[in-house]
Amino acid sequence: MHKLLVILVLCLFPLASFSAGPAVKGETVDWSFNGPFGKFNKSSLQRGLQVYTEVCSSCHSLKYIAYRNLSDLGYNKSEIKAFASNFTVTDGPNDDGEMFERPGMPADHFVSPYPNMNAARAANGGAYPPDLSLITKARGGGADYLYSLLIGYKKPPENLDVREGLYYNKYYSGNLIAMPQPLYGDDVTYADGTKASIEQMASDVTEFLAWAAEPEMEVRKRTGIAAITFLLIMAVLSYLAKQQIWANVKKKQI
Amino acid sequence: MKSSIPKSQFKNPVINWIDTRLPIFTAANEAVGTEHPTPKNLNYWWNFGSLAGVTLVIMIITGIALAMNYTAHVDHAFDSVERIMRDVNGGWLIRYIHMNGASFFFIVVYIHMARSLYYGSYKAPRELLWILGVVIYLLMMATAFLGYTLPWGQMSFWGATVITNFFSVIPFVGEPIVNWLLGGYTVDNPTLNRFYALHYLLPFVIAGVILLHIVALHRFGSNNPLGIDINNDKDMIPFHPYYTIKDFFGLAVFLAVFCIFVFFLPNFLGHPDNYVPADSMSTPAHIVPEWYLSPFYAILRAVPDKLLGVLAMFGAIGILFILPWLDRSPVRSAHFRPLYKIFYIIFIINMLGLGYLGVQNPEGIYIILGRVCTAWYFIHFLIVMPLLNIIETPMALPKSLSDPIFSSGSSGMAPAASRSKK
Repeated sequence: MHKLLVILVLCLFPLASFSAGPAVKGETVDWSFNGPFGKFNKSSLQRGLQVYTEVCSSCHSLKYIAYRNLSDLGYNKSEIKAFASNFTVTDGPNDDGEMFERPGMPADHFVSPYPNMNAARAANGGAYPPDLSLITKARGGGADYLYSLLIGYKKPPENLDVREGLYYNKYYSGNLIAMPQPLYGDDVTYADGTKASIEQMASDVTEFLAWAAEPEMEVRKRTGIAAITFLLIMAVLSYLAKQQIWANVKKKQI
Repeated sequence: MKSSIPKSQFKNPVINWIDTRLPIFTAANEAVGTEHPTPKNLNYWWNFGSLAGVTLVIMIITGIALAMNYTAHVDHAFDSVERIMRDVNGGWLIRYIHMNGASFFFIVVYIHMARSLYYGSYKAPRELLWILGVVIYLLMMATAFLGYTLPWGQMSFWGATVITNFFSVIPFVGEPIVNWLLGGYTVDNPTLNRFYALHYLLPFVIAGVILLHIVALHRFGSNNPLGIDINNDKDMIPFHPYYTIKDFFGLAVFLAVFCIFVFFLPNFLGHPDNYVPADSMSTPAHIVPEWYLSPFYAILRAVPDKLLGVLAMFGAIGILFILPWLDRSPVRSAHFRPLYKIFYIIFIINMLGLGYLGVQNPEGIYIILGRVCTAWYFIHFLIVMPLLNIIETPMALPKSLSDPIFSSGSSGMAPAASRSKK
């Protein structure tokens, strides 16, 4: 049987080359959510939410996440209700046919900074700040790439001509990115007293966005362990049954 | 009381009553039960047929569940998939099974086909069995391509654009045909709607062709690793319980491997760009097909001319239909064909090479390698296969599975002429 597994693995070899997406040599971080038993770090997620809310959310939406989802981060119902009410949601039309504004509720999705893509482009020199809900899944290199990008703003090389509206980033494909450097250090004051260095904030917001992209990750991996354990037991039992049933067949295998 | 109606053999009175009037139990017993004699020497490569069947069932069940929550509209398709991933109970599991199931369906079928190529299962009298298999393979590729369009990500959109454009090379009527396929001048909402409808339809067409595939299989029974016709009963064993339990064990191992991907590497076989919503104004840096279509994409790109490239690509699949007549050797199993065994290994490596090249940028050494591998693909089928029958001397074939030539453990080379058949 091991022969089959070897073949299966061999079949997948040529694929490894493209599934990683564009080759970006960046930092490799030992994330708490890596590996088959990986879990998100809740305090890092909470700090990451703070970085997203106070820095990223001025340009980037997070439209697939609802405030109620923040219970994954360890917040209770009243905390989520209070957090959601900080935001103004346009609702309606009401009985008079008018749109009206109201405070956010847990069931609302994260309020986007711009009403539509054209408004976002107009406010950002033609470049569209992508929605961040899926960003770690939508970029080759995933969380490592995002972290690298956030700490990758360096002094451009002497001979490089950086046009107006573009910024030098060590890890961005082509090195010229339309997003200005978002993190400088101490952009937020963490409630838990953690020092808000660039690396700390980049790592926290990356962890938060990795959760936003795959909120099911912890339950997925847990289910996977159970499913595979079950299947392996089933494989062993059915192999033993097979041996017993085949015991009377004289095999002349080649 | 005497009855002239033939009674069913089943002991259970309820089953007997039904089976006498509607012989479904007899049919099942003859298909996968005790009444289906099977060679006793089938190895684990013979597991992949039943695995393919199980995978199709998994795909249909998860697919129907997804269809209940999916919205086929350019403005909502991407959002509805994310809703499945985030808000539908167990939605992420259903979608990841369906997404990775497509890849594993192809893995299983590629191994199934490779087994057939090695043991010569496509040869007389099983030519139609093989051809029906190629039809299933073609339908699978169409279904997979249509399905990949549905999440309406960047690769969905641009993949659909590139592949439908193949038809524009048809002289005179190319453009009208493309417009007809797309339901417009570009890939848009009508395209998504018809692709969805066809994606739902084709798996049931596949199921129908699989039925024919099984009927054709049961006409002459399974081939076997020796590739010889089996004429005595002591070399045969009933399908049930011997191969039902063996297939069940194989299924458990297969599902365990499948689960590694579903639960721990769900996006390993996909492309990150498909998590970016489709945007007709922005072309991805590299448009690559899913891995299972990659060898044929490599063949397409290896030919500098667009029309010839498309012809080569379709020809590469079309050639499989006439394979039973390209290979003239009367010996089925590569075990007795020393030269074919070598060329078979080269062919497999060449195929993996094409798969690798199909996802690389066509530049530098990759262009040359792509052309070499493409040329070899056709040389293998059109020149090597027919030629081998002339230059190759197969080993002596055993008369039966218990032929002493095997019990002694040595299988010496003997001239083909001295082979005694039957």
